[in-house]
Amino acid sequence: MFRTQVMVILPEVLLAVSAMAILLLDLVIKRKSVFALLTCAAAAFAFFAVTGAQGAAWGGMFIADGYSSFFKAIFLISLVLPAASSAGYLDVERAGHGEYYALMLFATTGMMVMASAGDLITVYLGLELMSLSLYVLAGFMRGSTRSNEAALKYFLLGSFASALLLFGISLTYGLTGSTEIGAVASYIMSHGLSGNPALAFATILYVAAFGFKIAAVPFHMWAPDVYEGSPTPVTAFMSVGPKAAGFAVIGRVLMLALGPMTFEWTGLIIALSILSMVAGNILAIAQTNIKRMLAYSSIAHAGYVLLGIAAGGAEGLASAMSYLFIYAFMNIGAFTVVTLLTTEGVNAEDLEEYSGLSKTHPLLAALMLIFMFSLTGIPPTAGFAGKFYLFSTVINAGYLWLAVIAVLMSVVSAFFYLRVVMYMYMREPGHREHRMERSFGARLALGITALAVLALGLMPAGLIDLARSAAANFKG
Amino acid sequence: MNPYLFGYLGAAILALSALSLTRKNPVHAVLYMIVMFFHLAVLYLGLGAEFLAAVQIIVYAGAILVLFLFVIMVLNIKEEMEGERFSGGWPFGIAIASGLFLLVVLITGNIVPGQQGPYTPGVIAAQTNTKLVGTLLYTQYIFPFEIASLILLVAVVGAIVLAKKKLR
Repeated sequence: MFRTQVMVILPEVLLAVSAMAILLLDLVIKRKSVFALLTCAAAAFAFFAVTGAQGAAWGGMFIADGYSSFFKAIFLISLVLPAASSAGYLDVERAGHGEYYALMLFATTGMMVMASAGDLITVYLGLELMSLSLYVLAGFMRGSTRSNEAALKYFLLGSFASALLLFGISLTYGLTGSTEIGAVASYIMSHGLSGNPALAFATILYVAAFGFKIAAVPFHMWAPDVYEGSPTPVTAFMSVGPKAAGFAVIGRVLMLALGPMTFEWTGLIIALSILSMVAGNILAIAQTNIKRMLAYSSIAHAGYVLLGIAAGGAEGLASAMSYLFIYAFMNIGAFTVVTLLTTEGVNAEDLEEYSGLSKTHPLLAALMLIFMFSLTGIPPTAGFAGKFYLFSTVINAGYLWLAVIAVLMSVVSAFFYLRVVMYMYMREPGHREHRMERSFGARLALGITALAVLALGLMPAGLIDLARSAAANFKG
Repeated sequence: MNPYLFGYLGAAILALSALSLTRKNPVHAVLYMIVMFFHLAVLYLGLGAEFLAAVQIIVYAGAILVLFLFVIMVLNIKEEMEGERFSGGWPFGIAIASGLFLLVVLITGNIVPGQQGPYTPGVIAAQTNTKLVGTLLYTQYIFPFEIASLILLVAVVGAIVLAKKKLR
C-alpha cells in the first residue's frame, strides 16, 4: 500500500530529494555549473517518472492522471530551459549558488503538487511551496535594489492572495463539510447549493487568488515590477511555470469542485479575460524595457488562455492546455535571448540595445524574430497554431464576439512585438557593440525552443491530440 | 461557548488589532498584538481546540513576537516614530476593506453548515483534541504534513540566502 502510494508521487519525491542533495553538494562542489546539469538530470528522471506514475494516493488527496501529467510536462520544460541558461547568467551577475537551483526544484515540486491536487488543502500547500520559493528567487540578486523591490512586492501581494484563497477554502469547507474536490462538487449538486451567495463569494475569492497567480487583470499589478527586477532566467521560469500551475488548479477547483456553479464563474472568467487581453496588449505598447514589455505580454497571454477556460468543457480546457504548452517554448525562448545578451555591465533590457542586432548576430536576431512572430501569432510558428485552435474553440462554444476581441487584440500586439524586429533589422547598430555571453547551456536552450516553436507550428496535431486526451475527464 | 464570552473576545480582538495597526511606536504595536494573540488562544480554547490554543501561545505569542521585538530593537525607533503611520493611499484601502467586510456580513446569513464528518465534538472530547490532531496528522494527513515540512525547509533556505553576509 505504502509502496504504491510512493510510486504515485515519485516525480515529486525525485525533485525534492535532488533539491536537498544540491543544497548539501553546494558545500563540496566548487564548479557551480555542475548544478545546472544536475537540475536538468533530475528533471529528466522526473519526466520519465511522470509518464509511469498514475493513480490516486493518500485517500485521493493526490491524483496523478493524464491531466496532471500534461501540466507536469509543461512545468519540467519551464524548469529545464531556464536552469540550463542560468549558469552563464549567474556568473555574469556574480550570484552563483547551489541554493538557486534547489529553490527552482522546490518551486517545481510545488507546481506539480498543485496540478495533482485532489484536495483543497493540497492545492493551498502546493501553492505556498511554489510561491515561497519564487519570492526568494525574485530577490536572489541581493545587491540589486530592483531585485529586492521585486521580491518584497511579490511577497506582500502574494501573501494577500494566499489569504484570499484560504478564506475561500474555509467558506467552502463550512458550507460543504469537506475539502476533497470530488466530495465538494457532489455535495453542492445534491444539496442545491449552487445559488448560495456565500458559495458565490467563495468563488470570487478563488478567482481573485488564482487570477493573481496567473497575473490576470485586475490582479496583475505585481507582474511588471517583479518580471523586471528578477534575474532574467528566473523571470523566464516564473512567467511560464506558475502561470500554468495557476491554470492547472483553475481546472481542478473551478471546473471540478465548483463544476455545478460553472454558469456563475464563467462570467467572471470572461471579464478577467477581456480585461487582461485589452490592458496587457495596450500597456505593452508603452514599454521600452523588453522585460516589462514581455511582462505585459504575459498578462495578455493569460487573457487568451482564460478564453479556453471560459469556453468550458474538455475541448476548451484542451485548447487552453495546448496554448500553455506552446507559450512555454516561445516565451522562454524570448527571455533566453535577453539572457544571452546580458554580459558584464550590459543588461540588454532597453529596446535600444537591440538596434542592428541582425548585422552583428544574424542567427540570434533570426531566432528572436521567430519568437516574436510566434508571440504575435503569425504562421508558420506555433503561436499561430495555438491561437487558431484556441479561438476556433471559443467560436464553437458560441462566443463569436469574444473571439473577435481576441483577434483584434492580437493585431494590436503585433505593434510591440514587431517593433523589436524593426529595431533588430531596420536600425543601424548603436554605439555599443553587442556581445554575447558564451554559455553552452543557454545556446542549447535557445536551439531547443526555436525548433519546438517551428515544429509545433508546422505539426500541431500531435500536441492537440495529447491535450485532448489529457482533458478528456473534464466534461464541464 | 458562552455567547457573552464570545462577544467579549470578538470585540477585544477587533479593538486590539485596530490599536496595534494604528500605534506609531512599533514596540507598542507588538505588545497589543501579543495581548490579541492571548485572546485568540482563549477563543480556540472555548471552541474545544486545546492544541491550537497551546500552539497559538507557544508559537505566536512566544516565538514569533519575541522575534518581532528583537527586530524592532535593531531598528531606529525614534526615526520610525517621526514619519506618518500610514502612506497616502489609506482612505482607498479602508474603502476596499469596508466593502469586503460588508460583503462578508451580507453573506453570513447564507452560511448553512455542511455535512458533519466523523469527528463530532463528542468524539473529540472522548479522545482529547491533541491526541486526535496528532493521530490524524501522521495518518490521514501525512502527505500535506510532508509538503508543509518542505515549505519550512524553503523558508529556512530562503532566509539564509537573503541574509547571508557576503555574496561569494
